[in-house]
Amino acid sequence: MAKRTLSEKLAILSDAAKYDASCASSGGERRDSRDGKGLGSSGGSGICHAYAPDGRCISLLKILMTNFCIYDCAYCINRASSRVERARFSVEEVVHLTVEFYRRNYIEGLFLSSGIIRSPDDTMADMVRIARKLRQEEGFRGYIHLKTIPDASQELIDEAGKYADRLSINIEMPTETSLKELAPEKNAVGIRKSMADVRLRREESRTGKSWRGKRPARFAPAGQSTQVIVGADTANDRTILTQSSDLYASYGLSRVYYSAFSPIPDPARALPLKPAPLKREHRLYQADWLLRFYDFGVEEIGGTSGMLDLDVDPKTAWALEHREFFPVDVNRAPREALLRVPGFGTKTVGRLLAARRRGLVRYEHLKAMGAVMKNAQPFIVAGGWSPRGMLETEHLRARFAPPPEQMALF
Amino acid sequence: MREVVLPRVGTVAAWRREARALAQDGVPAEAVLWSRGEGAQDLFAGARPVAAPREARRLSLPKAAIQTIETALCHSDPERFARAYRLILRLSAREVMWGDRADRDVRTLLEQAKAVGRDIHKMHAFVRFREVEGEGERRAFAAWFEHDHPCLERGAPFFAKRFGDMDWVIATPDLTARFTDGTLRFEETKAPERPPEDATEELWRTYYASIFNPARVMVKAMCAEMPRKYWKNLPEAELIPSLIDGAEARVRAMAEAQPAMVPDRRALALRDHAARVLAKPGADGPVAALAADLQGCTRCDLCRHATQVVPGEGPKEAALMIVGEQPGDHEDLKGRPFVGPAGQVFDRAAALAGVERSAAFVTNAVKHFKFLARGRRRIHQRPDAGEVEACRWWLDLERELVKPRVILAMGATAAEALTGSGKHIARRRGRAELLEDGTEMLLTWHPSYILRLQDKAAQARAEAELVSDLALARSLSEAGR
Repeated sequence: MAKRTLSEKLAILSDAAKYDASCASSGGERRDSRDGKGLGSSGGSGICHAYAPDGRCISLLKILMTNFCIYDCAYCINRASSRVERARFSVEEVVHLTVEFYRRNYIEGLFLSSGIIRSPDDTMADMVRIARKLRQEEGFRGYIHLKTIPDASQELIDEAGKYADRLSINIEMPTETSLKELAPEKNAVGIRKSMADVRLRREESRTGKSWRGKRPARFAPAGQSTQVIVGADTANDRTILTQSSDLYASYGLSRVYYSAFSPIPDPARALPLKPAPLKREHRLYQADWLLRFYDFGVEEIGGTSGMLDLDVDPKTAWALEHREFFPVDVNRAPREALLRVPGFGTKTVGRLLAARRRGLVRYEHLKAMGAVMKNAQPFIVAGGWSPRGMLETEHLRARFAPPPEQMALF
Repeated sequence: MREVVLPRVGTVAAWRREARALAQDGVPAEAVLWSRGEGAQDLFAGARPVAAPREARRLSLPKAAIQTIETALCHSDPERFARAYRLILRLSAREVMWGDRADRDVRTLLEQAKAVGRDIHKMHAFVRFREVEGEGERRAFAAWFEHDHPCLERGAPFFAKRFGDMDWVIATPDLTARFTDGTLRFEETKAPERPPEDATEELWRTYYASIFNPARVMVKAMCAEMPRKYWKNLPEAELIPSLIDGAEARVRAMAEAQPAMVPDRRALALRDHAARVLAKPGADGPVAALAADLQGCTRCDLCRHATQVVPGEGPKEAALMIVGEQPGDHEDLKGRPFVGPAGQVFDRAAALAGVERSAAFVTNAVKHFKFLARGRRRIHQRPDAGEVEACRWWLDLERELVKPRVILAMGATAAEALTGSGKHIARRRGRAELLEDGTEMLLTWHPSYILRLQDKAAQARAEAELVSDLALARSLSEAGR
């Protein structure tokens, strides 16, 4: 095989990495290079440096170290039996790309993942070598996200956590059965155990206090995350969200990413040919937010079928099914009730509670506070506003759902 | 009326100084005319009190307000200085509460601060440095950026923190920021300086094009976050139109390519198994080795009732493979294919057609006998689709091992196992069909079907057809030898 150029390798290995949704570069340790001795800064909110026409942001240099892989997971483009072109970066090449892209302000840092070559330990060791070289030789203080390899040894994970801001391991499937079916070499228990390890390490590393009085973790300071592929198996949304809420609760994950299964070139036969609707992915994220920031329980989301309504967002769907809960009086209701109002976000509710101390909150104030009144109208009582019969009308749902479409005749 | 002209560099700091002095003098908001720019060098030239000062006011502002007001002062709205001055006077006099969005000044100022915040954020995101000739040891970079609001002074310290070990310049239509040896300076931009192309940009474009997933095009989402007005200074943006145009074709190509290239796991495992058998054939050769593997088969439930498995037999080099349905009563007892009554019909026809049985590979689609126990008799049962599918594994392995030139399928079950359909035997028989891997296949009657026929004439006709099909299979298998 002829030697590939850096550009060819980059094309192959970033193409192979694009099915990972995560691009977060926020949180983590505050670092900068004001001292003139290093390069980069991180901490605070991340920055999206570009957007691709698929609507996803580009914040990190997201690449695979190699797309050679000894595993054969059906949904993965890099599985052993796939006929994609293969390539492999050297440690120096990854470091060079990261630093040069960073210096030109293209990226916030590096998100490095890899196919598994030889053994999990060999692969993880190479990835750790890249992170170490960036931190120690290049003085790189930007963001590093390392994908940990299932079944890699504890010492390697420990070292990875020292250099990386975030560690992640993909849980891939909503249930153990489908993981076994589609990714026979991976095992759910091993994945969960390695999440548990990362949580323990993070807790052990919390010594000393930050200026805010929090105890920051030195180990993977930006936490850990994971990804679930949606629509490659038959699991319903509630199953997926139940798994997510378990993961958030058990391992303190920063994020669970949902990736709508999209057909990959050279697919395995075990997979559906049709992509999952992107809308479904969007609704899952909305529901995920409800679980984390709006005090919703998993059992409250998704109605009887266990699937999220694709036409209406999950919060509105809940409101439409629980009309007895409304209208909510914005001047009297507690925080929890305000959070249930469609069109009110956490910021709006915070502003609303502050404004209540100053006097009666009127309908027109709410818009200035950032509420989406079109959605909130039927569900609230405010100074100068009452929904009257709006809540009882049968057509309430039609206000929110997209207009019905004529089916194609031919 | 007082006129205050603020300098272009250090506008916000100058405003703060002026506002404090004006408030000290008790100058009301409506008595000041603010502007930024020309003639700003001589700061205090026009600052003589015109109207008699009223009572001096002490400014007292909440901490959060100061930050936000200073951000809002970087907005492009010419009214911003006057609004901010008016607001600090009103806040100090407790005429309005900070954060009260019901007040128009507060709301406008908060909105403008947000707009400036967004503009600064976009500057942090979309400034693109290009490497230029450096003077000292430090590497040097330069960028040209066009923003909506004159907010460079507020946004530039971020770059000083981030790129501490290199020298850089960010030029905008308004101001230019220069970071040299760790010191940040601002000056007015005289002429736009766009740095020349950088070789790394080509790599960046490669990355941008490859990370894009054509299966999910969401142009609206992209444009919401990366508005078109920024595109002209982004090296990657020139690719966007072609990426969008090409996406549909790429997805279609992906879908069309699918049926042709399915290196499915089953095929791989099959090839593996065959390779293993060939690598370690044992003392009796690969066919016997495969037969040994077959012994323990529990792929379906038939193994629980039958006496033994009946593997195919014949030389590994056979050019002709003959596939029947399944072992019968006799075959089940002896463990060899085609040795019962149907076997006799087959042997007779083969002899007539000139087919030497020992030169062909003779096997069955299903390797176990399926029957219904009735008293002391076993009544033959046709294997169902699940059993055929389960046993296809072994048939495919035999094909992988022998790689025959021609396969003669006898009866519907064999046809089903080989082609997926066991229908229309009468119509399909006597003609060659191509299998997926390119092997030629002929269909014919199953010998037991001939035995079952009541009508003597029909029986004779069917037998003659079996003979002619066998002869055709033989001649096809010998062709090209």
